[in-house]
Amino acid sequence: MSDVKNILLVGVGGQGTILASKILSEGLVEAGYDVKMSEIHGMSQRGGNVSTQIRYGKKVYSPIVGKGEADVIVAFEKMEALRWIEYLRDGGKMVINDFEIPSVPILMGQAEYPTEILEELSAKASVLAVKAAEIAQSLGNSKAMNIVLLGALVRAMNVEGVDWKKAVASSVKESFIELNLKAFDAGYNL
Amino acid sequence: MKTIMTGNEAVARGAYEGGTVFASAYPGTPSTEILENIVAYKEDIYCEWAPNEKVALEAAIGASVAGVRSMAAMKHVGVNVAADPLFTFAYTGVTGGCVLVSADDPGMHSSQNEQDNRNYAAAARVLMLEPSDSQEAKDFMKLGLELSEQFDTPVLLRMTTRVCHSKGLVELGDRVNMPVIPYEKKIKKFVATPANGKVMRKNMVQRLKDMEDYANTTPINQPEYNGTEIGVITSGVSYQYAREVFGEEASYLKLGMTFPVPMDLLREFAGKVKTVYVIEEMDPYLENHLKMAGIACIGKEVIPEYDELNPDIVRQAVFGKEAQGIQAGKEAVVRPPTLCAGCPHRGFFYALSKKKKVMITGDIGCYTLGSAPPLSAIDTCFCMGGSISSGHGAAQALKKAGNEDLRVVSVIGDSTFFHSGINSLMDAVYNKGCNTTVILDNRITGMTGHQENPGTGYTLMGESAVEVDIPKLCQAIGVKDENLYIVNPNKLNEVSKVLDEAMAKDEPTVVITRWPCILKKFSPQDKEEFDLSPKKCAIDQEKCRKCRMCVGVGCPAIHSGERVEIDPATCTGCTVCKQVCPFQAIEEV
Repeated sequence: MSDVKNILLVGVGGQGTILASKILSEGLVEAGYDVKMSEIHGMSQRGGNVSTQIRYGKKVYSPIVGKGEADVIVAFEKMEALRWIEYLRDGGKMVINDFEIPSVPILMGQAEYPTEILEELSAKASVLAVKAAEIAQSLGNSKAMNIVLLGALVRAMNVEGVDWKKAVASSVKESFIELNLKAFDAGYNL
Repeated sequence: MKTIMTGNEAVARGAYEGGTVFASAYPGTPSTEILENIVAYKEDIYCEWAPNEKVALEAAIGASVAGVRSMAAMKHVGVNVAADPLFTFAYTGVTGGCVLVSADDPGMHSSQNEQDNRNYAAAARVLMLEPSDSQEAKDFMKLGLELSEQFDTPVLLRMTTRVCHSKGLVELGDRVNMPVIPYEKKIKKFVATPANGKVMRKNMVQRLKDMEDYANTTPINQPEYNGTEIGVITSGVSYQYAREVFGEEASYLKLGMTFPVPMDLLREFAGKVKTVYVIEEMDPYLENHLKMAGIACIGKEVIPEYDELNPDIVRQAVFGKEAQGIQAGKEAVVRPPTLCAGCPHRGFFYALSKKKKVMITGDIGCYTLGSAPPLSAIDTCFCMGGSISSGHGAAQALKKAGNEDLRVVSVIGDSTFFHSGINSLMDAVYNKGCNTTVILDNRITGMTGHQENPGTGYTLMGESAVEVDIPKLCQAIGVKDENLYIVNPNKLNEVSKVLDEAMAKDEPTVVITRWPCILKKFSPQDKEEFDLSPKKCAIDQEKCRKCRMCVGVGCPAIHSGERVEIDPATCTGCTVCKQVCPFQAIEEV
């Protein structure tokens, strides 16, 4: 049980979290781990919470990660990092996209987007803040932000023996392979 | 070869490997992806979207009677719709093996209720299998087809959201091509008249005994002994949670076949351990069987009877250990689901929300989100197709009570209209109703992720098909020409005018809003009919007086802070916000 590692990808519908988790889990399978991945999403196509949870090790039972158990959490949206930090274990790492998608109550002016999230979370955990949208945009397409974050996550996971480039290349359309490989590298080498 | 698959992909693979020839379903989360993955095997499996779950199961029954292996898939509430044929099919039995997949949704991730369909297996007396991960989803689907033929019964394969939507490793196998069983007319078997039914019912008693014997000996109901202190009886994904929490400290009886319940096995297992825990989601299904047999166990005294389980809940329930996590000093704002930017339902609901004295009966689909603020334009939501009939009932009741000032508007999507709304509209028209029905035709089944339906002009297998003409269909069941309106939902004034006209009439009226879902892959016909060229709206900050009228349309592209701004990345240029701006500050760019 103790050898199982837990990774959470949390974000907002439409950000490409599911593609990133697909690449992650396929890379881990290729490397010979037992892997379970769970997608948790609600009713909306866009704009609602999305999280995927990946567990890998010699033998994995539950597909769900418990509170205080995640080794790494990558938040594709800043407020989602705040929502999910209680799933991080002591000494775990967080990769946080410095990117805001206000939820409906905030858009409506009924609530304020929380301020100083990075400062708050950095005081409690090891946080790497990434301006993934700007990085992806500089590479040609802001939509590749998910793969920038994947690169940063993989670096934080510190797992050996996985051919990540192959996993990226086999999961995206041919015309986007080059962009996504660059995005992955940019995230990995932050 | 091992590959990583969701439970739904694995069910599809199991259907393929198990020699299924016919598959049908109505899309419903969390079951939708089963048929979406079966279509990959369309060379071997004929597959289709049915207009509803009853039709899907009946078609699978027909295929079975005709001599091939078949399946139908649906979400838990879909089985309610299909329950009528299911209960009789349990009497007749099969020719080719037939599996009904029920995907339950503990925790209601995207459902209107939480029901435990293990009760259906017991009520209908059909054999039930419960996989706990993707590998078992594939294996049990295949096994289900075999057991269906062996015991001459339909088989219920009971999945849950977590098994459907989680991925795990699956060992792939080859397809078994079953010979078609030559058709024979068997009136006594397949004609469920009372005289035949009485015989079938008696035979069912023997069949249940045979199935129970099998349940007591099948390798998918195997105990795993680790010690004698604690024994855990469990099934489905609950096994994975229990295994996580108890580890090697407990012995397990993991049941893969849970109807008939293997009572001998339960007694034997319970006799070998000091304390028995029953770890199961939702209803005390296994627990009740144990307690009725006088076997002491701990179940729902500690394990919640509602919501999805997880290791934290089980650990807290059994050991009283609350999971600890890092606490932040501030809270995240809730992120409720919302209609997408550019959703064609937004304009319609905005216009409807401005009408006074109206009761709005709603239905199941993306448009149920019209109930959320700021639109708040839905008063009820029960089940698929129910909006029109409950709206009809409400309108007749209001008329009888002399309260006709309160008008009733019933809203329903295109796929839901085909599902069962058409029956309800027939009821309202034939019985001289006076509610206004609005069919929100976004040219696709939106909520479940864009499945074809009888109105889209394509089949699941990608062939073009004859589209149902919704206006003509309404006319055919008696809606008068002058009571039928078609409107672009993005044009607020037109929607408002049409609603006023329709709601003023004391006859059944139908408004069809027609604009494609903004996220769908547009068909050549869509591109021809609608102006779908990319557009954006932007706010001229000099003209903006910050009245925030545009914020009131609830579009996720409009951000309200010190300034009100439109996010160009998400805006689709539907212009609904532009139409509500009193200062002409929003322009198309």
